Amino acid sequence: MLLEVRDLHVEFRTRDGVAKAVNGVSYSVDEGETLAVLGESGSGKSVTAQAIMGILDTPPGKITAGEILFQGEDLLKFKEEERRKVRGAQMAMIFQDALSSLNPVLSVGAQLGEMFTVHQGMSRKAAKAKAIELMERVRIPAAAARVGDYPHQFSGGMRQRIMIAMALALEPDLIIADEPTTALDVTVQAQVMDLLAELQRELNMGLILITHDLGVVADVADRIAVMYAGRIVESAPVHDIYKAPAHPYTKGLLESIPRLDQKGKELYAIKGLPPNLMHIPPGCAFNPRCPLAQDVCRTDVPPLYEVTEAGTDRVSACHFWRECLHG
Amino acid sequence: MGRYVIRRLLQMIPVFFGATLLIFLMVNVMGDPIAGLCGDRQCDPATATQLRKEFGLDKPLWQQYVTYMGNVFTGDFGTAFNGQEVTELMASAFPVTIRLTIVAILFEIVIGIALGVVTGLRRGRPVDTGVLLATLVVISVPTFVTGLLLQLLLGVEWGWISPSVSPEAPFDELIVPGLVLASVSLAYVTRLTRTSIAENRRADYVRTAVAKGLPRHRVITRHLLRNSLIPVVTFIGTDIGALMGGAIVTERIFNIHGVGFQLYQGILRQNTQTVVGFVTVLVLVFLVANLLVDLLYAVLDPRIRYA
Repeated sequence: MLLEVRDLHVEFRTRDGVAKAVNGVSYSVDEGETLAVLGESGSGKSVTAQAIMGILDTPPGKITAGEILFQGEDLLKFKEEERRKVRGAQMAMIFQDALSSLNPVLSVGAQLGEMFTVHQGMSRKAAKAKAIELMERVRIPAAAARVGDYPHQFSGGMRQRIMIAMALALEPDLIIADEPTTALDVTVQAQVMDLLAELQRELNMGLILITHDLGVVADVADRIAVMYAGRIVESAPVHDIYKAPAHPYTKGLLESIPRLDQKGKELYAIKGLPPNLMHIPPGCAFNPRCPLAQDVCRTDVPPLYEVTEAGTDRVSACHFWRECLHG
Repeated sequence: MGRYVIRRLLQMIPVFFGATLLIFLMVNVMGDPIAGLCGDRQCDPATATQLRKEFGLDKPLWQQYVTYMGNVFTGDFGTAFNGQEVTELMASAFPVTIRLTIVAILFEIVIGIALGVVTGLRRGRPVDTGVLLATLVVISVPTFVTGLLLQLLLGVEWGWISPSVSPEAPFDELIVPGLVLASVSLAYVTRLTRTSIAENRRADYVRTAVAKGLPRHRVITRHLLRNSLIPVVTFIGTDIGALMGGAIVTERIFNIHGVGFQLYQGILRQNTQTVVGFVTVLVLVFLVANLLVDLLYAVLDPRIRYA
């Protein structure tokens, strides 16, 4: 297994109290596999990713428990300097907003080339050639002429390609893409996603795709992990989940996708709001919003049940997963 | 870039004439220049009229201004009432003040930015609180108090420096006066850098730099600092002008015969030519400093360069 997150807990200690952002997340990604992590804002999907990368803001953030096994070694036991060498070289991250995530005062060539000069001790000249090569690889037209340009001189789609190029620079084993297409036009979204998927196949990288866009997920993901209030509530191969969700939250998410065959009807929305992470409801965190909730949901935290029907290798954190599957 | 510079240069012209005209008017309001010439005694009316005619003071004010500006452009700043050419006074005063300003600016850049970076990265920690408190003290205590106090302690009590600067004013004698002159601005530079660093530290591109696996010092110097210095550069640049003209107090305390000293003497003795001449040059210094800031700005931030 390339990456295995085990029972990860992350808290944010603020003046107002402790926000429990991640509460026992476990997931894994294999080489060449794409895991889509799905969830609303505040579900802990980005925080988990930042913990894996080791770029969590500490303080206020703090990893209180868990293991992050990368190629068999627990990254949380690494010293900062060892950790730094893993970042960028063996695992890389693509951020949501390329305009703010790229340094506005450095040319894209300098920002790409930096990967080679710092990690591989390459000369500036060689690094520049590499930068052009990378820009060509992500299909930026006239790469050689544009290597000295600054981020603001590129369009949104081109900027995101540069982010992708930067992540791919050292051919890492794992890529974490945190909503890579959210900030883009719909037409450009597909191009960027296709490019990412293609390069991933080529380099046989593991990909963690954090998103709330179910449309994107269906095309590229192998597995889906749905997160809610810092927990995984359902995890399954992508087709099984689309066919029959085994958790009411997943079901709600799928039903809230606008569909062509339901034109004119009111769009479905999960009622209520995600919980305040400082006061997560007892029992199942989703119970106040759940149509299937019973008394047991308000008292007992559901474990991850093996879903034995409708596919294999899938789990659901719902006491009533059977009812959900058939309902 | 070329058009940007030309545009900035053109913008300087109305500012220069506007500012000098204002000074010219204000100095004339200050009082009768002839009265100053005669010293304490009342001037003899016939002589006064004669002198007015000689200096062109009987002409309308705007005409005087035009004549003066015309002379300035040929390098003639007029003659002080003691018969010395104003340009001669400038030649002795400006080098001294420039040296003093260099010392002050260096203090601002080196100490101010270093303290700002350290506190900005450790916001809320004891270092930060301590430095912040110190800057507050420096800002609130007037320069003449810090100046006289340092002069008394370092110069008179402990004898580490000579209490007054010699007429040649070499760099080593200007270290303490430079620090005094810089003190308030230094405190502002520290605070400005601190805020800017603390703000940019959480920026997305800094997170990206960390995620790229860059060493911490590289993240700070290459990614964080360069972005954070843009407002600081603006402040330091405009401060050059302020330091050069505003060293009156410091120059008085340490008996430095620079621009501030000459201006003070000029105002005291109602020496119109000296005051207007020096201030005109200071206006130019301000303008050039501002232009340099704008150019440096464009170097630091490409978004301005291509706008």
